[in-house]
Amino acid sequence: MARLRRGAPMSSRRELEVIAELVPTGSRVLDLGCGGGELLAHLRDARGCTGYGVEIDDQNVLACARRGVNVIQLNLEEGLALFEDASFDVVLQLQTLQHLRNTERMLRETARVGRQGIVSFPNFAHWPNRMSVLRGRMPVTKTLPYQWYDTPNIRVGTFADFEVLAQRNGLRIRDSFGLNGGQPVRRWPNLLASVAVFSFERS
Amino acid sequence: MASIGHVTPQTMHFAEPLPLRSGASLSAYDLVYETYGALNADKSNAVLVCHALNASHHVAGTYAGQERSEGWWDNLVGPGKPLDTNVFFVIGVNNLGSCFGSTGPMSPNPATGQLWGADFPVVTVEDWVDAQARLLDRLGITRLAAIIGGSLGGMQALSWTLRYPERVRDCIAVATAPSLSAQNIAFNEVARRAIITDPDFHGGHFHAHGVIPKRGLRVARMIGHITYLSDDSMEEKFGRELRAAELGYSTQDIEFQIESYLRHQGDKFSEYFDANTYLLITRALDYFDPALAFGGDLSRAFEVARHIRFGVVSFTTDWRFSPARSREIVKALVDNRIEVSYAEIAAPHGHDAFLLEDPRYHGVLKAWFSRIAVDVRDGALAAGGSDV
Repeated sequence: MARLRRGAPMSSRRELEVIAELVPTGSRVLDLGCGGGELLAHLRDARGCTGYGVEIDDQNVLACARRGVNVIQLNLEEGLALFEDASFDVVLQLQTLQHLRNTERMLRETARVGRQGIVSFPNFAHWPNRMSVLRGRMPVTKTLPYQWYDTPNIRVGTFADFEVLAQRNGLRIRDSFGLNGGQPVRRWPNLLASVAVFSFERS
Repeated sequence: MASIGHVTPQTMHFAEPLPLRSGASLSAYDLVYETYGALNADKSNAVLVCHALNASHHVAGTYAGQERSEGWWDNLVGPGKPLDTNVFFVIGVNNLGSCFGSTGPMSPNPATGQLWGADFPVVTVEDWVDAQARLLDRLGITRLAAIIGGSLGGMQALSWTLRYPERVRDCIAVATAPSLSAQNIAFNEVARRAIITDPDFHGGHFHAHGVIPKRGLRVARMIGHITYLSDDSMEEKFGRELRAAELGYSTQDIEFQIESYLRHQGDKFSEYFDANTYLLITRALDYFDPALAFGGDLSRAFEVARHIRFGVVSFTTDWRFSPARSREIVKALVDNRIEVSYAEIAAPHGHDAFLLEDPRYHGVLKAWFSRIAVDVRDGALAAGGSDV
């Protein structure tokens, strides 16, 4: 079974806050692959949000329970049949998409269930990754700390790739930027950012 | 972890008639119950534990002078355990129609002076919940900090949130379902036919004949037991292990260890369980279907439970009450924007897992009860109570 983990770099406090700022105050939120529930707890405490996390990992489910975050233990690969159309203001899918076999279907499901979707994933076009591939080796970096043969990142995409996928699925991008060391990167994000962030809605 | 120690059951008599769902009514009845821990000053820390098919009010602790008399959920309930009796006042009630002390087929029928036997009225999950609510009235408890149950007990917990939503703060439903599937009813029917077709059953009035339909009870328990275990756990425990060194080439003697085990379970059960109770309780399981009154729409059924917080647990190898059935409950709650957490525990033990100790399962329950404890304490503080 696929283990869905937040990539280690994502959990940085600053990054969490940058993402949280994209979520309107008082929103009803579904966080797919919510990890230990850090973001949901922050959204609840700082922005008055309600909702649920979805997680597959036992330890993360327990961490959510201890944090007082509502969590539903599900395998995202099985889809989001539990959730009705447009039943959440915001559906978050942070550092999760790249672990899923059926990335495109999950993206569509995210757009179906939420009025607004927010995704983040490692940007493989970040320049150190390009350098690495130019040298003939797959990148191993802080954002991508795995070898090609043991990585949970089974989907390898770039900031620019996502723009194409979003358009293909009729998604309108509300905002997009990169992240590097927790700092937003708005200039040449496909080259300069290790993480891609997109906020979108159905067009 | 420490056990709660010796406990003593109590009996509460009710003289006011209890109207039953069938249209019948019980003119007077007794409920046997046990309590653990102390009720706080504002009576806000009570947790009701609902029992499943063959269990009772004896949830935790032991009986003085009785070996191996631990309650059926002793691993969960006690000082420092997930349902911590240092914090909560825990109540276990024996349901009507049972054979462990509360009024049932083995009690005398006031109309005839004979034992009720097969004449005991058909009781439903809703009837049990109504009776439990009256017990709480007598104990002065207007609102439960939590209601918890597994399997058929989980159905009672869910039913509480629909019948008395204002009396429940939290509901924890473990290894349960919003209704039985056709396959589940089928298993119950096989068990019932085993009992009813036993020549010693005598239409349920076997006491008058001085016999007990033990053969039927044994077979009923055997089939039940198969459904409580997973294929894998049975394989691991028994496999194809033989009782003797070689095959006996007999069609009627025990050859395999699994046969020996099932017969042993059946024998044990037939010594203590009442046949009419078995029929009544399996029927209560069959009938439970809160969505029925809403055209099959479970989400509409839960509309009344909007302010209650739920915890739902299922076990991956439970094929009697599968995770898919728990997800139906979760979906109905999510549709109503009700606060719910759901843990799907990858345990190998099948339906029985809900009675066993598993660190993931008990970890989640402990976390949920800790959160409830905080709410109880905050509520007591808000109400000006000092007893926290």
